[in-house]
Amino acid sequence: MSLSYLTPEFKVLRDYDKCINCKVCMRQCSFEVHSYDEDLDKMVSNDMNCVNCQRCVLLCPTQALTIIKHPQTFKEHANWTYDAIRDIYRQAETGGVLLSSMGNDRPYPVYWDKMVINASQVTNPSIDPLREPMELRVYLGRKPDRIEIDENLNVKTKMPPQLKLETPIMFSAMSYGSISYNAHAALARAAEELGILYNTGEGGLHKDFRKYGKNTIVQVASGRFGVDREYLNTAAAIEIKIGQGAKPGIGGHLPGEKVSEDISATRMIPSGSDAISPAPHHDIYSIEDLAQLIYSLKEATDYQKPVGVKIAAVNNVAAIASGIARAGADYIAIDGFRGGTGAAPKRIRDNVGIPIEFAIAAVDARLRSEGIRHTVSLVAAGSIRNSADIVKAIALGADAVYIATAALIALGCHMCQKCHTGKCNWGIATQDPNLVKRLNPEIGYKRLVNLVQAWSHEIKEMLGGMGINDIESLKGNRLMLRGIGMTQKELDILGILAAGE
Amino acid sequence: MRIVIIGNSVAMVGAVEAIRKYDTSSEIVVISDETYHVYSRPLISYYLGNLVSEEKMIYREKDFYRKNKVETVFGIKAISIDERKKEVHLENGDSISFDKLLIATGGKPIIPPVEGLNKKNVHTFIKMDDAKKLKEAAKPGSKAVIVGGGLIGFKAAEGLHHLGVDVTIVELADRILSTILDAEGASLVSQSLQNDGIKIITGTTVDKIIGDEYVKGVLLKNGKELEADNLIIAIGVVPNVDVVRNTSISINRGILVDNTMKTSVEDVYAAGDVAEGYDMLVESNRVVPIWPNAYMQGEIAGYNMIGINKSFKGIFPMNSIGYKNTNMITAGITNPQQEEFEIISKIDHNRRSYKKFVVKENRLVGFILINDIDRAGLFTGFIKNEMDITPFKKYLLNDDFGFIYLPKESRKAKMLDLEVV
Amino acid sequence: MKKVYVKEEVCVGCRLCEVYCITSHSKYKDVLKAYKLEPQRPTPRIVIEENRPVSFSLQCRHCDDAPCVKSCITGAMRKDPLTGVVTCDTDKCVGCWTCVLVCEFGAIIRDVNNKVASKCDLCAEAGEPACVKNCPNEALVYSEGGISV
Repeated sequence: MSLSYLTPEFKVLRDYDKCINCKVCMRQCSFEVHSYDEDLDKMVSNDMNCVNCQRCVLLCPTQALTIIKHPQTFKEHANWTYDAIRDIYRQAETGGVLLSSMGNDRPYPVYWDKMVINASQVTNPSIDPLREPMELRVYLGRKPDRIEIDENLNVKTKMPPQLKLETPIMFSAMSYGSISYNAHAALARAAEELGILYNTGEGGLHKDFRKYGKNTIVQVASGRFGVDREYLNTAAAIEIKIGQGAKPGIGGHLPGEKVSEDISATRMIPSGSDAISPAPHHDIYSIEDLAQLIYSLKEATDYQKPVGVKIAAVNNVAAIASGIARAGADYIAIDGFRGGTGAAPKRIRDNVGIPIEFAIAAVDARLRSEGIRHTVSLVAAGSIRNSADIVKAIALGADAVYIATAALIALGCHMCQKCHTGKCNWGIATQDPNLVKRLNPEIGYKRLVNLVQAWSHEIKEMLGGMGINDIESLKGNRLMLRGIGMTQKELDILGILAAGE
Repeated sequence: MRIVIIGNSVAMVGAVEAIRKYDTSSEIVVISDETYHVYSRPLISYYLGNLVSEEKMIYREKDFYRKNKVETVFGIKAISIDERKKEVHLENGDSISFDKLLIATGGKPIIPPVEGLNKKNVHTFIKMDDAKKLKEAAKPGSKAVIVGGGLIGFKAAEGLHHLGVDVTIVELADRILSTILDAEGASLVSQSLQNDGIKIITGTTVDKIIGDEYVKGVLLKNGKELEADNLIIAIGVVPNVDVVRNTSISINRGILVDNTMKTSVEDVYAAGDVAEGYDMLVESNRVVPIWPNAYMQGEIAGYNMIGINKSFKGIFPMNSIGYKNTNMITAGITNPQQEEFEIISKIDHNRRSYKKFVVKENRLVGFILINDIDRAGLFTGFIKNEMDITPFKKYLLNDDFGFIYLPKESRKAKMLDLEVV
Repeated sequence: MKKVYVKEEVCVGCRLCEVYCITSHSKYKDVLKAYKLEPQRPTPRIVIEENRPVSFSLQCRHCDDAPCVKSCITGAMRKDPLTGVVTCDTDKCVGCWTCVLVCEFGAIIRDVNNKVASKCDLCAEAGEPACVKNCPNEALVYSEGGISV
């Protein structure tokens, strides 16, 4: 075998004064970094395999391990960076498309961080959420043009189906296959506990999780995995997946070796066969085709369930969203280019799509200008990192947000971006039974509940500060935001003023 | 109520501890011809070999009798029982009346009819006094012949070897430990003894004891003569049923008991090496003279004497013994000759280990483990609980055999204290 | 009584239970010192079974009707009448392994260095079993009367 030009990305530092040869690191590393050398009577590491997932670091009982970025370097070059050179080595060795996972990791501007939130002073007093009621509940779905009420103040108008969320946060689509059974168990249980929804992704709904139906959004994607009448009717809502922020315009491919008995039953495909999601839906080549699918699904569920459409944020997102609204969707989920994935070609992940901040602002503005904003709800997705991002997303026009990467981090993800290897040491993005059990759903669901509750408290604090007592009053309220360090064009697209204006 | 117990060993302790769990008022009287605080009989070989002190042979704390309100009549032998009058007669002429009686007189050594038994330094080896006497007589460098290579002889050999005595075992069968080991197992164990210079002569026994006042040697039935400063008769034990002779209490080899340890006579119970109780493997009554059996039978007798109905599921032979670093654990039927038994075994000469499992109709009925003895209790459990071993039979010989090889549901039921449906 | 139970579905096979069992029964009660300074590290008092992907650790069940206590030839094995904890008095134990013979759980470990039986004492001194406290995935629980999974 010829020499590989790749050098290790990380270096394992082992403090031998602290290492007790207990081999916990060795047993826990699915990448086989650690081993015990009998002749040396020492633990040794193979840095080349290390992905810096930090499983060993955290389980080492004596804190003997530290993982650092490998100091090995190239001669500094602003253009031919470390990554640029390494990618060429990898492709020259393999001839393949570079795969990666999780979200775009390039240093694009993060517009959330260029926006600041308003607070009331003197003239419009702020509200203390600990003393006064604060409403975070939102309803997703088409709202009627007007509402009629009878003499007893009951709503007379027949309402289209709505999704009730106790807080404007949902867990976005991650399929069983891309993530583990235990990860799904944690998400589903947390959604139930929180009064929100989780999303099955395109891999079908495991029979064990049917009981969480009222907190479940089921996806219908181009592969149509696991879709049947029962699947649709078990759920609270149905989501047609057109695109994904991490890989707009391309399909997906779950290799046959990952299609276990359980996954095969859930996806309704033969076990061991590749699960291929085509790039387009082969029955959708126009908005009219999409409308047909939306109404087929509504028909199949007796018009009792909202049907949403998920798209990636791309150039003409506003026009596309308008078409989707007019096609009859009850909500539109827009996934920005920093959204995560279980596997995507690296070049696509890093170069295709637009930031969610612009997309949500543009879509909201367009639907308003067309007078159809009330006919559809908007869900912002693609790298919501904290409660402030949520407040900003809603002020830009979202009804709610989807979180996925944040949820996985709560479950233990250390962002090593190796989901596509299937060797996730934290039991999240893997089907290896040795690894799946590392994610204890009992612990996982509580961590998710904690995270969402903590964020909800923070949202209430921020709302109170703005003098607002209902999240609905923040929706599209761009006056509550100001921009810092942006061009006028950027401010215009976001529809916000510069700080100080 | 007065409960009288004849015997001061482990069956007595089992009975007293059971009684006192629920009944603090009944009178308990323990009669023994020995004068010792209750001690561990199996430890006499350790005592002989200087592995434990006399102090450490105490089986229960010093305040055992006081704490349990037990009246002791020690150093006086109970010679007979009047089951109609409910009295025990002592050798000093006294009588003790009882409401309930437990006979736990243990076993006594089998003495073969050989010429010269009356010479000095002819020993038996089942009691503390035997050990003391032998220890006194066995000088380093002296020679000892042990007649019988069973459990008692084997342990006596170890003790004497520790004292620096030149030991020869004479065993009538073709191998030592013939009641618990098969030929393979016995040869492995014999090797350990022989490596230490202990000589083993099989297929013969003592014909005549040579010497004047003191033992000088033995003449074997095969015509060979052995020098000996001490001779230990270790052929075996029989139930010590002397006290029930001339009563209506039924005896076979031992005192016959039902599964509550009651004898054929109301209010009279028997437990331990003197009792002949139910052996669940051979499915008939049998004397199983082992320590754990004695405790458990004593305990069952104790409960039933105070009116708590508990029954004994039955026992089967089981032993854990060793010689220095050679450890063996055996249980149940270990060396069946009939074809209905399936044998699963593995011998590893490098590790000096031997594993043998005896299976009958998908049930484990016995095993021999030599040197690989860890977790032996799992197998004892399979025998005791009459578990169907079909699902994991092929793994029995695995080094890491454990619950992991059991079907998940039965494993979890066992480990998690779940109700088994 | 409270016992240690394992949820094998979430046991990750790291063997930290063993590390902390050793530590808890060491002189120093500190991982590093137990491993680095003690000339003879304590024998772990738990059994770990592994046949990937299944793994679990098993501790003494402290049986109500403990056969090890009844069978012990020296009286070293005792069950505390108040707490129910079964412990082995290693001063009395002679390493005859009768307890190993009768324990249906195979939960008694031979400390071959000291020739005494070594078994879980529920970390009586510390209050909470160290294996439970340090299980990184809550696979070990210390609870009353079994668990349902």
